[in-house]
Amino acid sequence: MWKIVARRITIMIPQILLLSIFVFLLAKAMPGDALSGLIDPNIDPKAIAEKRIQLGLNKPWYEQYWDWITSALQGDLGQSFRFKMPVTELVGERMANTFWLSLATLVFTYLIAIPLGIISGRYNDTLADRMITGYTYIGFAAPLFIFALVMLWVFGFHFGWFPTGGSVEPGSTPGTAAYIASKLYHLLLPALSMALITTVTTVQMLRNEIIDTKFKDFIVTARAKGASESRIYNRHVLRNSLLPIAAFFGYELTGLIGGTVFIESIFSYPGMGQLFLSSISLRDFSVVTALVLLYGVASILGSLLSDLILGIVDPRIRIK
Amino acid sequence: MGDKNLSGWRIVLKEIVRDKMALLSLILIVAITAFVYLTSLLLDQSQIVRVNLFELNKPPSSEFWLGTDQGGRDVFGQLIIGTRNSLTIAILVTSLSGLIGIAIGLISGYFGGMVDNFFMRIVDFFMILPTLMIVIAFVTTVPKYGIMSFTLIMTAFLWMGKARLIRSKALQERELDYVKASRTSGSSHLKIMLVQVLPNLSSIIIVSMTLNLAANIGLESGLSFLGFGFPESTPSLGTLVSYARNPQVLESRWWIWVPASVLILVLMLSINNVGQALRRAADARQRLG
Repeated sequence: MWKIVARRITIMIPQILLLSIFVFLLAKAMPGDALSGLIDPNIDPKAIAEKRIQLGLNKPWYEQYWDWITSALQGDLGQSFRFKMPVTELVGERMANTFWLSLATLVFTYLIAIPLGIISGRYNDTLADRMITGYTYIGFAAPLFIFALVMLWVFGFHFGWFPTGGSVEPGSTPGTAAYIASKLYHLLLPALSMALITTVTTVQMLRNEIIDTKFKDFIVTARAKGASESRIYNRHVLRNSLLPIAAFFGYELTGLIGGTVFIESIFSYPGMGQLFLSSISLRDFSVVTALVLLYGVASILGSLLSDLILGIVDPRIRIK
Repeated sequence: MGDKNLSGWRIVLKEIVRDKMALLSLILIVAITAFVYLTSLLLDQSQIVRVNLFELNKPPSSEFWLGTDQGGRDVFGQLIIGTRNSLTIAILVTSLSGLIGIAIGLISGYFGGMVDNFFMRIVDFFMILPTLMIVIAFVTTVPKYGIMSFTLIMTAFLWMGKARLIRSKALQERELDYVKASRTSGSSHLKIMLVQVLPNLSSIIIVSMTLNLAANIGLESGLSFLGFGFPESTPSLGTLVSYARNPQVLESRWWIWVPASVLILVLMLSINNVGQALRRAADARQRLG
């Protein structure tokens, strides 16, 4: 197992390096530079030129890249001209919100997927299975943003059961029980809206796995030995059917990245995705660059995680 | 019994006719597409996107079938033109990214070895990029952008899945005897790839392109919804839905965003349905009978 971990991490290093070069060049291609936001029309152009030299903006791109990547590794991602604060500080706040949103979504995804998948797979071709399959069919085709809008409309505005924006009640003090409760309350609708759509692939996968597994020889053997139906399903079938679900976990994480951008924008939830969209509209490019880099690293880590989980649950991969 | 001798298209047709949902979906898609492209010939885009201050936020009436938006623009006209634009871009992106994916997949699968390794490392790299953010960043970076540059940006980040799929199938094909036989009898690599291997992959290509078409309609409308698709002067289905980001529109002016949302859903569901029927037709084990 350690060999796999080591090999997998060695693959990751050039990936991150390439990603950072790509992001850097993308940032260079964007109009304006770190100074254009700070510049006041009254400043004399000579001073600007001096400042440019001071910041190293006249150096060749690879030297600039080196400066950028070394300071990024030390946690310095530049200044946001819009908020007049270091990008690292700004992103840190938002990252926590997006983390909670993603975690809640994952919890809901599996809370929905596992029971539905089991019912649908165990009792396939019954009415319940047909209804669940119908739901996965529609959920697969429905775009997330439309579904989330409808959820916001129905449960946020029409019934008024949930807050329609923000991540916490304004004015509550951090650390109190009321604060935590309010945070959870604000998470509920966005996370549920995303989970109801993202869960359908997992439901479909679990259903197919269970149907495949339940006709295998070892199940016939278990039944012949006289094991009860519930024991067969809970112990023998489920254990084998959950393997691919576990392996899919890392991809699920990567999928969340795109989803949170839509969800945060619709529910005005102050996370990384919302910061990304507003920064790009206001041309706050140092924030944009930092976020693209972070999202890229997150998706690399997601694929690392899915490979590692696959190695843990499936011994055949370890041996190779 | 005679099933085995049916030609490919007859099987497809039979499968679709058997599956009532797929048949209905196909009819819907053809009807919507024909209606939208024909009606949009009669509509003047610049006329529809012109702001009209006397007709703000009117509910549906006999004059404006689906009312007007906050700029006094006719929603029905925007819906027709928006559907046309969304469909056009989805078709362009699907075919272009399909073409690139097929070419790269075929080359790396057919030759294997070093060539395969080279292309697959590029694919691996593109796969880890946070596509949505990078597309958005590109859209804001490109100075003058219209349908063509939008298509190119989307295509640049959407060809990898197809390349992987085709490569894995081409790797299997190249081991088969017919390829070796053809090579021994002196056919060029190009001829084997295009005339002999490609037709054997056609069913997979058609199925995956159909499913991609649905996904691309969703992606384009999603980007327009976030405000990074077409400019406002070129409405798309996503643009109409994006007006619902204003709570007032979401709550009390359903005629602006609901029709476009339903249309996106209907289009994506129908195209998916047809895609699933095609998949069953391509895979004998899954055919309905």
